[in-house]
Amino acid sequence: MNIPTDLKYTESHEWVRREEDGSLTVGITEYAQDALGDIVFVELPQVGKEFTAGNDAAVVESVKAASDIYAPVSGTVTAVNQPVADAPDSINQDAYGAWLFKLAPSDAAAYDKLLDAEAYGKTTDH
Amino acid sequence: MTLKATPLNSAHRALGAKMVDFGGWDMPVNYGSQIEEHNAVRLDAGMFDVSHMCVVDVKGANVRAFLRGLLANNVDKLQAPGKALYSCMLNAEGGVIDDLIVYFLAEDWFRIVVNAGTADKDVAWMNQQNAATNSGLTITQRRDGNDPIALIAVQGPNARAKVWQVLPTTQAATEQLKPFNAAIVPGTAFGEAMVARTGYTGEDGFEIGVPAAQAEALWNALLAAGVKPAGLGARDTLRLEAGMNLYGQDMDETTNPLDAGLAWTVDLVSERDFIGKAALQAKGQQAQFVGLILREKGGILRAHQRVVAASGNEGEITSGTFSPSMQQAIALARVPMDVAIGDTVQVVIRDKHLAASVVKLPFVRNGKVLAA
Repeated sequence: MNIPTDLKYTESHEWVRREEDGSLTVGITEYAQDALGDIVFVELPQVGKEFTAGNDAAVVESVKAASDIYAPVSGTVTAVNQPVADAPDSINQDAYGAWLFKLAPSDAAAYDKLLDAEAYGKTTDH
Repeated sequence: MTLKATPLNSAHRALGAKMVDFGGWDMPVNYGSQIEEHNAVRLDAGMFDVSHMCVVDVKGANVRAFLRGLLANNVDKLQAPGKALYSCMLNAEGGVIDDLIVYFLAEDWFRIVVNAGTADKDVAWMNQQNAATNSGLTITQRRDGNDPIALIAVQGPNARAKVWQVLPTTQAATEQLKPFNAAIVPGTAFGEAMVARTGYTGEDGFEIGVPAAQAEALWNALLAAGVKPAGLGARDTLRLEAGMNLYGQDMDETTNPLDAGLAWTVDLVSERDFIGKAALQAKGQQAQFVGLILREKGGILRAHQRVVAASGNEGEITSGTFSPSMQQAIALARVPMDVAIGDTVQVVIRDKHLAASVVKLPFVRNGKVLAA
């Protein structure tokens, strides 16, 4: 399964990309969308909401299961991807393109502590 | 723990199926997209490996009398060979041990198909009742052991035509079969085939039983004829749209069938006594079983979500999903007696109370959306 090396990851199957301005873009991995199956509902956070790392930030529901998406680091939501909320199956089509929300991290160094592609790959190797 | 495998296990893996542990069985949940598989059944023809379910043959001179006492529905409705009946098997408290289909094949032979997870319990119960009533019957499960039968359900508006392409010698015996009737046809290309016009999807089709050793060849022939493989994910969305109960979820041994929308399968009218009858007559119906359609955005309806009626009385969703055919979240729910079809109720999803309409079941039948 595809795990891009230019992204960071969490054990709960979120991917994270640091943008040039320091903001973080968050989505769910290909592994996660495959495990969920056909995604039919997405609930995104409000712009401006503040999260501590590990808080419930969003919800992705497939036909068979609801899955909480967690804030990978502490920060404030700066943008959400409404087109993905309107077309939930886009996550199945392109997990790394269908980002969910962007965060302004409260601690820039927290990103570096996330899993790299190899470490994340090991967590999905069963 | 090793999972149990049906005779079609390698066929599923060869198709790239996503396999899951389903009650101890290694089963395909989808072959890529459960929504596509669902739509194939509603619009064309799909097939399910249901060989984890168990055929049980009950034979002997007293079999009809035995089943009159064992089953909540009345086997005396079965007078023409091949005719079948959907029934619950109850315990003495009126709780549901299983739901099943019983086929009348001959005066000394009825065939019953029971659920996968309950088969051992069901056969043990039948053996116990056989002894208790001195009926002297032979009860043989046909899933494990010497002479196993594998089951493939082919469902959809084009299902029967595709089955006849692959099993042409069954057409004469099955073309005139009405729904809930079966025929056993010997000497087909895949051995002796039982072909039943039954199913769990709300579409037309045949459920086919063949010797387990022939299952893979039959499956591949159906594939070649254009029947789309469909997994347990699609099976659940199809049966839910069709308003069909799932044992273990919509009802179990603690559930009275009258509270599970199954009063139509319980014959309380005739003088026939059966296990659980007295308990049902004493309890009566205490809850309604209805359909729900979610009317506000905020999630998907799911089992165990609380349902709050306008009166403040509460019920519970027993099965929920996102309906591919309706593009809405739908559910089956057990609700208080003061809820009426057409009411709006609140469903609690995470931290929200969301409005849902109470509708009559089924949601969908023969490709048409009936509930809106």
